[in-house]
Amino acid sequence: MNVCYQNKDLECVNRSSLDSIQTAGLQFSVAQALKTKFYAARLKGHVSSPEDIRSLNDLKRIPFTTKDDLRESYTDGILATEFKHVVRLHTSSGTTGVPTVIYHTQKDLNNWTELMERSLIASGATCEDIFQNMMTYGMFTGGLGFHYGAEKLGILVIPTGSGNTKRQLQLMKDFKTTLVHATPSYMFHMASTMNEHGFSMKDFNLKKAYIGGEPHSENTRKKIEELFGIEAYNSFGLSEMNGPGVAFECVYKTGLHVWEDSYILEVIDPQSGELVKDGEIGEIVFTTLRREATPILRYRTRDLASVIPGVCPCGRTHRRLSRIAGRTDDMLIINGANVFPSQIEQILMKVPEVGTNYMILVSKDGALDKLTVQVEIHSKTFHGDMSELGVLKHKIKDELKASIMINPSVELHEPGSLPQFEMKAKRVVDSRIKI
Amino acid sequence: MTYQLTIFLDNRPGRLNVLTGALSGGGINIRAMAIQDREEFGLVKLMVDRPDDALLLLKQNGFACALKPVLAVYLADKVGGLHELTKILSDASLNIQDAYGMAAQSVFCIESKQLEQIEDVLEEKGFKILSGPEAYGM
Repeated sequence: MNVCYQNKDLECVNRSSLDSIQTAGLQFSVAQALKTKFYAARLKGHVSSPEDIRSLNDLKRIPFTTKDDLRESYTDGILATEFKHVVRLHTSSGTTGVPTVIYHTQKDLNNWTELMERSLIASGATCEDIFQNMMTYGMFTGGLGFHYGAEKLGILVIPTGSGNTKRQLQLMKDFKTTLVHATPSYMFHMASTMNEHGFSMKDFNLKKAYIGGEPHSENTRKKIEELFGIEAYNSFGLSEMNGPGVAFECVYKTGLHVWEDSYILEVIDPQSGELVKDGEIGEIVFTTLRREATPILRYRTRDLASVIPGVCPCGRTHRRLSRIAGRTDDMLIINGANVFPSQIEQILMKVPEVGTNYMILVSKDGALDKLTVQVEIHSKTFHGDMSELGVLKHKIKDELKASIMINPSVELHEPGSLPQFEMKAKRVVDSRIKI
Repeated sequence: MTYQLTIFLDNRPGRLNVLTGALSGGGINIRAMAIQDREEFGLVKLMVDRPDDALLLLKQNGFACALKPVLAVYLADKVGGLHELTKILSDASLNIQDAYGMAAQSVFCIESKQLEQIEDVLEEKGFKILSGPEAYGM
């Protein structure tokens, strides 16, 4: 496989040199943070100057930053530079009412663009590519982030933005577009409406798609790759950390290399705040290392993922992050253990004797929490035998126990008896919560 | 061979009603019944006059159900009638998984993994084993 780098020395740097880079970056970020109203107050009693950071071990002295902190700091609580040095801002959509804002100096934008260029190179893009950017431009960071990174690499960019499928397809055909950036849903939409717009797959010269903006599974990626006969890359980013270009897949597509010269990655137990082991799922926490205008320290993303253990064949030493496995908001704490509904679903989907409909109930049984998993019997595999049902129950119980370390009670139910969901499924009922 | 209809039912109010409603709507006559209870669900075991039709009907109505072979055995209607049978099976180390009686006459329905052996040993001792049609028509 052809592996290309933007800066091989930096991307394949040994871990101890990377530690030094991160330590220096953290000192810079703390210095910037202390200039902001929010962190001047927050860091009091923890860290008083960049000199307090002597090694990465001192990261622990810094308290976490949450989404609520960012909301409360709207508009200028986390601004470390004078306004006249800021050249751009992005605000979040503010679905809960209060938006968040991230400021950028010209240097910040240059760094972001550099990381985005590095990401594109890592995925095998070159200046010979023709890139149609089908993501929304404007406040949404995905559009502009990719745009500048691709231009820096010397790629011809067609800034279509989102929507107008017929025109997208026409431009793809006319200019022999090789790269697109779109949401997975839009990729499926294009594939399914192509014919009615008078196009077919053979009209296009597409090689790669960057898919992002929506959480998606490995199966979704594979489906897009098969539909279009292309390589699809999982684009990961979050507006608090600039947008896209925080972590990216290399040509081996075995996880997202987090650009650790620019961000510190921590994966923590959402309850204790302690680091989890590589391979274990936890909450992703990021710290910016190079941002001047809006430094953010130990930001709790509420996204759940794990660090993929081992070395990537591409030679990069920057650690790899798995796909997002869920949100901390979905997590259940049962008798002190963290359980994610997705873990339970994974087990149930492997049992042929039960249907795809299920419910997860959490209740109080005296002082203890009780987990009940309700599944539906599959009509086709029911033979009328009680002992078979007993074996099935135990099998589900044992597999769940092995995965979530909690002994659940498993209930078998009639086909079609559990609630059905057309849109977003609400399969978890936590009756411990007092309403 | 006699076939019993086994239906998986949630153990909550109204389910049995839905089952009997479906059978009655399909003109199926229930000859004998037993319920095996397992907390959140139960297995309903029915001897009906037309097992194949009933199976199809219930499947169409979304029930998880199956036909299982059972042995329907005539018992002498007297003190010790059942004991006579159980003693034979006990001596032959044959196991009854589940069983129930049919009310009208002294018929005993046996569910077991060793149906054929049980049939042999009981017939040898003079018990009358009912054929399917005999059992369904009783």
